[in-house]
Amino acid sequence: MFTETPFGKYKRRSELLARCVLGGMVAAMIIPLFLIVGYLVKEAWPLLSLNFLFTNPTGGMRHGGIWSALLGTLYLVTLSLLIAAPIGVMAAVYLNEYARDSWLTRVINLAVVNLAGVPSIVHALFGLGAFVLFAGMGRSILAASLTLAIMTMPVIIASTKEALSAVPLSFREACWNVGASRWQTIRGIVLPNSISGILTGVILQVSRTAGETAPIMFTGAVFFKKIEAGNPLAYSIWDQCMALSMHLFTITTQVTDAPHALPFATAVVLLATVLVVNTISIALRMYLRSRKRW
Amino acid sequence: MDTPFCDDVQIRVKDLRIAFGNKEVLHGITFDVPKHEIFAIIGPAQSGKSSLLRCLNRTLEFVADARATGLVEIDGEDVRKVRSVYELRRKVGMVAPLPVGLPLSIYDNVAFAPRSAGLHDRQELDTLVQHCLEQAALWDEVKDRLDSLGTKLSGGQQQRLTIARALSHQPSILCLDEFSIAIDPVTTMRIEDVLKELRKEMTIILVTNLVQQARRLAQRTMFLWNGEIVEQGPSEKIFSEHPTSQKTYDYVHGIFG
Amino acid sequence: MDQEVLELPQTARPGPAKEPGRTALARARSRRQWELGFETALEWLIRLCGISAILFVFGIFAFVLREGASFLFSSKFSLTQFLFSIEWYPTSMSNVRYGVLALIVGTGSVTILAMVIAVPFGLGAAIFLSEFCGGRLKETLKIVIELLAAIPSVVWGFIGISVMNPVIQTVFRVPVGLNVMNGATLLALMSVPIMVSIGEDALKAVPDSYREAALAMGATRWQTITRVLLPAAKNGLLAAVLLGVGRAVGETMAVLMATGHAVKIPHSVFDPVRTLTATIAAELGEASVGSSHYQVLFIIGILLFSITFVVNLSADLIVKGVRKG
Repeated sequence: MFTETPFGKYKRRSELLARCVLGGMVAAMIIPLFLIVGYLVKEAWPLLSLNFLFTNPTGGMRHGGIWSALLGTLYLVTLSLLIAAPIGVMAAVYLNEYARDSWLTRVINLAVVNLAGVPSIVHALFGLGAFVLFAGMGRSILAASLTLAIMTMPVIIASTKEALSAVPLSFREACWNVGASRWQTIRGIVLPNSISGILTGVILQVSRTAGETAPIMFTGAVFFKKIEAGNPLAYSIWDQCMALSMHLFTITTQVTDAPHALPFATAVVLLATVLVVNTISIALRMYLRSRKRW
Repeated sequence: MDTPFCDDVQIRVKDLRIAFGNKEVLHGITFDVPKHEIFAIIGPAQSGKSSLLRCLNRTLEFVADARATGLVEIDGEDVRKVRSVYELRRKVGMVAPLPVGLPLSIYDNVAFAPRSAGLHDRQELDTLVQHCLEQAALWDEVKDRLDSLGTKLSGGQQQRLTIARALSHQPSILCLDEFSIAIDPVTTMRIEDVLKELRKEMTIILVTNLVQQARRLAQRTMFLWNGEIVEQGPSEKIFSEHPTSQKTYDYVHGIFG
Repeated sequence: MDQEVLELPQTARPGPAKEPGRTALARARSRRQWELGFETALEWLIRLCGISAILFVFGIFAFVLREGASFLFSSKFSLTQFLFSIEWYPTSMSNVRYGVLALIVGTGSVTILAMVIAVPFGLGAAIFLSEFCGGRLKETLKIVIELLAAIPSVVWGFIGISVMNPVIQTVFRVPVGLNVMNGATLLALMSVPIMVSIGEDALKAVPDSYREAALAMGATRWQTITRVLLPAAKNGLLAAVLLGVGRAVGETMAVLMATGHAVKIPHSVFDPVRTLTATIAAELGEASVGSSHYQVLFIIGILLFSITFVVNLSADLIVKGVRKG
């Protein structure tokens, strides 16, 4: 009954063209990415093994593995998140649950947003000035972790606030109406129903912390440090440490005539760590979305 | 209509003004609510009825730019000067227009308020929860599934759950803010029966758009229009052929509103 | 003080028989004092954490300023020479000069070229995701883009050196592959995810009624997008681009590794440059603490902080403008 008019045909073709062009643009970004990652893995292949992870670098870092760097990154990530997550979550609880809409609140929100956009090298300068020098910690895991904590805190605050606001206001009102205090409401209804979103945000910061180089370059990470292989307690917080991200930088730019596969293997380990952690966070988010309680 | 059980005034409001930002919604109203009565407040939408209720339990403070001046006394005590605002909120039960089931089990929904007040004994909580659910005419439907989520109940059930929650902290005043707009007529009738029973123990303030509901339930009625009291008094007078104000007659008989 | 024992309401005459619950609640132990005290202390701790956020922003500015202050305010430092001279010779024995213009141009050139690449691709991807894509494909693409955003900048720098470098050398037949082009490509790939994500949000926020109205008038999909949706979402899209710019300007490791080490104004996209960020990273290790070189690097930090502050503030204000309007 309905035959296609010439205009209809034109519409269809135009939409197909648009879809192809735009889809092509998306593909142009993604396909080279897969190719690059594939190339990295291929070049790294000869060196990738569990042994690589658990032995120390030797021979001026031209041989051996990356154990000391891996452990250092583990220390930095754990310590910085232990500092940033509780403070960040509590700050977000204050901003979302307690703060009245006033000029002070608006300034705080602005501060959080801008803190999130500070370049990582400026964080390095801050860490150097504040923790290494002013507070007298010297270059150490502690100073580097504090610097990383300041870097991740604003993002944790923002993502926690988002998780808290997802809980409808009507629940809080129902609690206030029966005489519950703000904290009782938060503890009984708000936090249990947003903890999953909060966790997702914190996990994302794990991968970001593991990958950052600039903030730790001048506050606690070093080119080389000899530690006992296979001992998870080899560092103390006053030590300087090696870190996976720093190690990649060093091997790529400072170590000449390293075997071809070595920097590739280091890059692949770092990339894999980051991607695995992020995938966990994404999977957690999708699982929780399917389990909504209202 | 029954005569009230006693004549003591439970709530006294004097010259209450409420403003949101620059806009004043209640222009200085004064009225008393005697004990053990169902007191209805009728009037078209946006006349400040909900804000008035929220002044009684001081939840208006949670609204960003709301300001209230004037005197509100409950049992002779100025609500702004009470020892504990949480105690005040437990004295005044509140039922909102939209049913809200908290994302807890049905049992925990009703036990939430007593637990917040410090009651943790399991047996006493069990008795209290059952009693409140019975009073709210919900017990029979949920007694076998007290562990299921409160948010999964139907609208009518959630509204009765809200009433059970409001009763769980033994209020002496129960405020209902247009409780029937989001629920079916059958549940509405059941809740109206519940209210008639509850009147024996507490004072009930019923804000409603449904004139007939006020006529069915209330001993005294107040007609609010544009932030001012047009008329207040015994329901027989308000809904009769000769109320004091012509506007009242027009509103009750549907000529405007 | 706060939560007390519930008291029975006073009635003029005895009411009906007390129900079981009434006496139980009346007998309930009042919440112990320590519970109340704990709650108050907790609320104060929470408040403190909230205030801490401002403290950190000011703290960053203050500490960075502190390290560079004495040189900044001394007579030997000239702001015009600093900002407008291309002569950067911090380690010269005889004639120390601190002109960062070449570095500013370095940052600017890499950022601008990156945006020239990233904006069409980023907005194109945002439009594709929002208008031409549904269900599973959309979920998958969004996840891929999110993972793209997670790649650390040092890995991008490594890719710049090991992959882009030879590729640029072969494809464009130039002798050196560490240059503006290399850095810009990397920055483009790094800023695209944030542009896609915010751009898609901006397009999603345009009500469906706009799309339906356009289609009802017989517009093609493409006309609907260019003439109705893009103008309607322009604030959000502008904010997306600004945030991408902020990301590019502040990037350190990737440009440090991939743009070469020439403190010169580039004459083509295949010339090596140095950005502000890379300069700090490269030279801070060698400058002795407290020396004027050291302090100048901190002053560059302040410059960077101010630039990104302005860019992020504008993006934030534009987004707020969208919400109100």
